[in-house]
Amino acid sequence: MNAAPPVPAAQVIGLTRSFGGPPVLDRLSLSLRRGEFAALLGRSGTGKSTLLRTLAGLDPAPAGSVRVPAARAVVFQEPRLFPWRRVWHNIALGLRFADARSRALAALAEVGLSHRAQAWPLTLSGGEAQRAAVARALVRQPELLLLDEPFGALDALTRLRMQTLLLRLWQNHRPAVLLVTHDVDEALLLADRVLVLENGRIALDRPVTLPRPRHPAHPDHARLREHLLASLGAGQSDREQS
Amino acid sequence: MMSTRTATATAFPAPHAQSPARPKNLVRLPRLRRIAAPLLFLAAWQAAVALGLIGARLMPPPSAIAESFWHLAISNQLLPSLLVSLARVTVGLAIGVAAGTALGLVTGLSRLGEDLLDPTLQMLRTLPHLALIPLMILWFGIGEVPKIVLIALGAAFPIYLNLYAAIRGADRKLFEVAATIGLSFPETVAHLILPASLPGFLVGLRQALGVAWITLVVAEQINASAGIGYLIMNAREFLETDIIFVGLCLYAVLGLATDYAVRLLETRLLAWRPSTLGALGRRA
Ligand SMILES: Nc1ncnc2c1ncn2[C@@H]1O[C@H](COP(=O)(O)OP(=O)(O)O)[C@@H](O)[C@H]1O
Ligand SMILES: [Mg+2]
Repeated sequence: MNAAPPVPAAQVIGLTRSFGGPPVLDRLSLSLRRGEFAALLGRSGTGKSTLLRTLAGLDPAPAGSVRVPAARAVVFQEPRLFPWRRVWHNIALGLRFADARSRALAALAEVGLSHRAQAWPLTLSGGEAQRAAVARALVRQPELLLLDEPFGALDALTRLRMQTLLLRLWQNHRPAVLLVTHDVDEALLLADRVLVLENGRIALDRPVTLPRPRHPAHPDHARLREHLLASLGAGQSDREQS
Repeated sequence: MMSTRTATATAFPAPHAQSPARPKNLVRLPRLRRIAAPLLFLAAWQAAVALGLIGARLMPPPSAIAESFWHLAISNQLLPSLLVSLARVTVGLAIGVAAGTALGLVTGLSRLGEDLLDPTLQMLRTLPHLALIPLMILWFGIGEVPKIVLIALGAAFPIYLNLYAAIRGADRKLFEVAATIGLSFPETVAHLILPASLPGFLVGLRQALGVAWITLVVAEQINASAGIGYLIMNAREFLETDIIFVGLCLYAVLGLATDYAVRLLETRLLAWRPSTLGALGRRA
């Protein structure tokens, strides 16, 4: 289906994972190109987080092979900052550079959070905290950036800003991105490629060739959107909710 | 979850946000209100004794207690007693806190330590340490050692239990972060486990202080040739109820002072917590 270049940013072959019951991931294979922005869609409970956690090295891969770069970073749905460390220190933790602090400050500047560098994390707003989490991922210069519904808990306006920010950061740094989302519009706004996870496999794998910046008014956009929603099995009423 | 976060964040406005509108004389009012009740109580007590409703021999009036407090103070009996008792608590507490911390760290940080130590410690903690007094006397005599051992024993358990629970209760999600950002085990201990368990440790410290004072009171009544307990037991022999009350006041003051010290420690060490941030904001 896709002409994979010789060295993919991440490669999963025949991954099977179950939690006692029937397998959540069933002989799943997936290859991510370097610098590619892929969105992973799927209904709730289909194993998106499980796949992402496996790529992050947080979940064992009992069967199958998983090859990922050492330089990878994760953004979770919640910011998950250490509340007892200042914001900048959260970004700098684990960095093996003498200038970790100035790198952290630079990353904070890039996400527009310089003025909160000295703050305690629990005083940040939801959007600010998530920007800090993005900065913490960014500062590690990942080749593979994994995001698990990172903006799901934010209000619509903040989410829109975060999407723009993520796009800009991706264009500047070009990591391979795997963005788990349940939001078809988010996927179409950001990704080069959409994947749909179903029954433990990648059931749909489509390139998104729409011109950037993306406009929902574009006729191809609407057609792709309908197609994705249909493959996610969304009825008309479900669609209104999301 | 995010919505609660935002809500709590906005619940602490910037320190300057609420101060300007407040008139100065109103700021003192709550404090006055809070000491009004104890003052009224003392006045009623004094009046009841003066009117003969209470016998002054068994229940001396506050004025008599204050007077004997003053006599003891200027005859230099108060401060030495206080220091002796304070030293017993300090030494016992230091040993108990050190032991409780060491045990809590070992069982909290290693499964092996947990399996080896926790069942025994959980069993021992159900034994009231004050029940060991007869044994302590047989083993260590009636000097300072049994008192200090008892205080240390009593203080060690609250520290151990709270620290162990706090380490084990640290947020699993943050451990995943530690793994993805590549923290080593010592780094995870320093940046995640210890700071996460500090609030629990401080709760344990407060409980340990409470236990230590109670243990001191009991231990000093067995036998003591110095200290607040000695003062009280001596006064009982001669029916000097006013001195007994002075001793009680001393215990209360020491207890309050140490509790205050721990609270001060909390605001300094837990500056990152929303409750502390709120308190600091109000004070500024
Ligand atoms: N640690 C776990 N223990 C047991 N079951 C789990 C665990 N993690 C995930 N699952 C199960 O695996 C399935 C997929 O979960 P998840 O990957 O979180 O789905 P998604 O992110 O697509 O909503 C769900 O049915 C969930 O209950
Ligand atoms: Mg999920």
